[in-house]
Amino acid sequence: MSGATATHPVLAVEDVRTRFHTQEGVVHAVNGIGFELGEGEVLGVVGESGSGKSVTMLSLLRLLPTPPAEIVSGSARLEGEDLMALDADRLREVRGARVGFIFQDPMTSLNPVLTVGYQLTEPLRLHLGMDKAAARERAAQLLDLVGIPEATRRLSDFPHQFSGGMRQRVMIAIALACSPKVLIADEPTTALDVTIQAQILDVVKRLRRELGMSIIWITHDLGVVAGLADRVMVMYGGQVVERADVKSLYARPKHPYTRGLLRTLPSPDAEGETSGRLASIPGHPPSLLQAPASCPFAPRCEHAFDRCQRENPMLQAVGEGHEVACFFDVDRGAPRAD
Amino acid sequence: MPTEPAIANAPVHSDRATPVLVEVENLAKHFPIMRGVFRRQVGSVRAVDGVNFRIHERETLGLVGESGCGKSTAGRVILRLYDPTAGRIAFRGEDIGDVHGESLRRLRQSMQMVFQDPQDSLNPRMTVGSIVGEPLVEHGVAKGRALDERVDELLNAVGLSARFANRYPHEFSGGQRQRIGIARALALEPEFIVCDEPIAALDVSIQAQVVNLLQDLQERLGLTYLFISHDLAMVRHIADRVAVMYLGKIVELAPSDELYREPLHPYTRALMSAAPVHDPELEAARERIILTGDVPSPANPPSGCRFNTRCPMATPECSVREPEWRELRPGHQVACHYAGDVERMPAIIKTGEPG
Repeated sequence: MSGATATHPVLAVEDVRTRFHTQEGVVHAVNGIGFELGEGEVLGVVGESGSGKSVTMLSLLRLLPTPPAEIVSGSARLEGEDLMALDADRLREVRGARVGFIFQDPMTSLNPVLTVGYQLTEPLRLHLGMDKAAARERAAQLLDLVGIPEATRRLSDFPHQFSGGMRQRVMIAIALACSPKVLIADEPTTALDVTIQAQILDVVKRLRRELGMSIIWITHDLGVVAGLADRVMVMYGGQVVERADVKSLYARPKHPYTRGLLRTLPSPDAEGETSGRLASIPGHPPSLLQAPASCPFAPRCEHAFDRCQRENPMLQAVGEGHEVACFFDVDRGAPRAD
Repeated sequence: MPTEPAIANAPVHSDRATPVLVEVENLAKHFPIMRGVFRRQVGSVRAVDGVNFRIHERETLGLVGESGCGKSTAGRVILRLYDPTAGRIAFRGEDIGDVHGESLRRLRQSMQMVFQDPQDSLNPRMTVGSIVGEPLVEHGVAKGRALDERVDELLNAVGLSARFANRYPHEFSGGQRQRIGIARALALEPEFIVCDEPIAALDVSIQAQVVNLLQDLQERLGLTYLFISHDLAMVRHIADRVAVMYLGKIVELAPSDELYREPLHPYTRALMSAAPVHDPELEAARERIILTGDVPSPANPPSGCRFNTRCPMATPECSVREPEWRELRPGHQVACHYAGDVERMPAIIKTGEPG
């Protein structure tokens, strides 16, 4: 399943920096994020609230209201074309057609007064120039594809007539309508129950196999990523702190934050390990009101030393396809030599 | 046998190690559905519909299930935030389903609640000190200097500095706000606390801090918890026994290790197999039971076994006859006609596609 052909990425993102101008001051939400997404690859983006994972992706498609947001720098080449430099018309052609977006809460992203059929056929008619009948037929196919029973009949239903899990399927169907190259899913299953989440993940895995899409899956759930992603990018304080293929990341995490996160989870498969205390990461996430001049994780890090307070570590390779932004070598138990 | 008593860490389980503190029998809570100009009742949502369990002193009973299964309603009925529609609630052997007025007020001192969202459950216009101290004032337990001292003590107990007493909730992070909520719940020195999804709104790295705090407090103060959550892994970690709820009924109840090792109800199996595991190798290898369809409406639950519409091993009998609640093994209860039929269960269950 290592569809990661990093040699020829579908999407190449470089140095995205996004700030928010708020009453309390300038929030440095995203501080120089870059990554590549291979053909047919699933990239898991993991981080807690405020880590910048959603803002990064919204910045790529310029979906943030400006102000308060300000995109300071960055480029995002989709098959060679820089999305962040496109004019509004061209950008509208890209959104929905070549890049699909699924948001966390389907109830707020579906229009409650339009039928699901209308919302599904709109992008087909707009982007692909289909006539009404053809679009309707394709819409029914899409609903069927994501596992909604009686697809044709349900086209005339309104969003409130669907359950939470079904609404999220509708969102996926809309995002898939024009067969995008890249699907960006922002916590799409977080609001759903586990049995429904399992259904959705099953659908996504099938679609990815059948349609060969590249997927960016944003989540805070390390379990979902373990089962779905080829590669994982861990974010903290608006930066990427670690990036690796999924197996190395879980087997040999290198960043103290990643290691801490994996340790804090109670493992349902560890025999008899149900009493005792959970490992925890002390403190709380950074406020981001200052531009990062030091490692954002340093105040909570058990390995932090003087250099971590002075400098912000850059991502560096520590193994094949495994990068980490940390001055401390956890394997040797000593500061990393440059 | 170890010579020193291992009370603090030993799971209490269902053996009669400690007396029963809370007991519910056939507990039900139905909410009326009103329609039309005259607000006539046209039906009811059977949120909790015949639930039985006991919670022993110093024990943590986990209550898990998906949204809408009635787990939160059950917790609120036990605390008498809602009046039960039917059934019996006993606290220390005393029937509390029907107490009112002053006796209910007194009862509330012994039973408290920690809410899911500390953002919504803390009054933004009150200082942390007055939020934590409010129950003490309300119940006339302390005032003046004694009140301030007790508030400081409570803040310290939950790992917050007493300096924070004059600040407002918005100045705190989610994890700290949850600590404030816990401090308030502890103010009247309750014996029993219903924790309703106390960590669901918190970031992963903060969840462990709050769970550890709840466990420390339990050990130090001898608290009894009903821990309501949809996070199966966390419930396994914190609870001595776990009850699994589906559409207003408990379908299985067992000591937590046993329940996770060998679930007997097909719904419990499906729930556990659906929960993602943070291990890519395991995720790729394991079989997954994908349930079809959605949870039916509690206003119109299926006949017979409520799970029969989604159950991979349902037979025609399941839609006609409701399974009885039986103890299949010591301390392990389940409501399924085929629960004992372990042979049959894995064979019929549909496996999901690996990775």
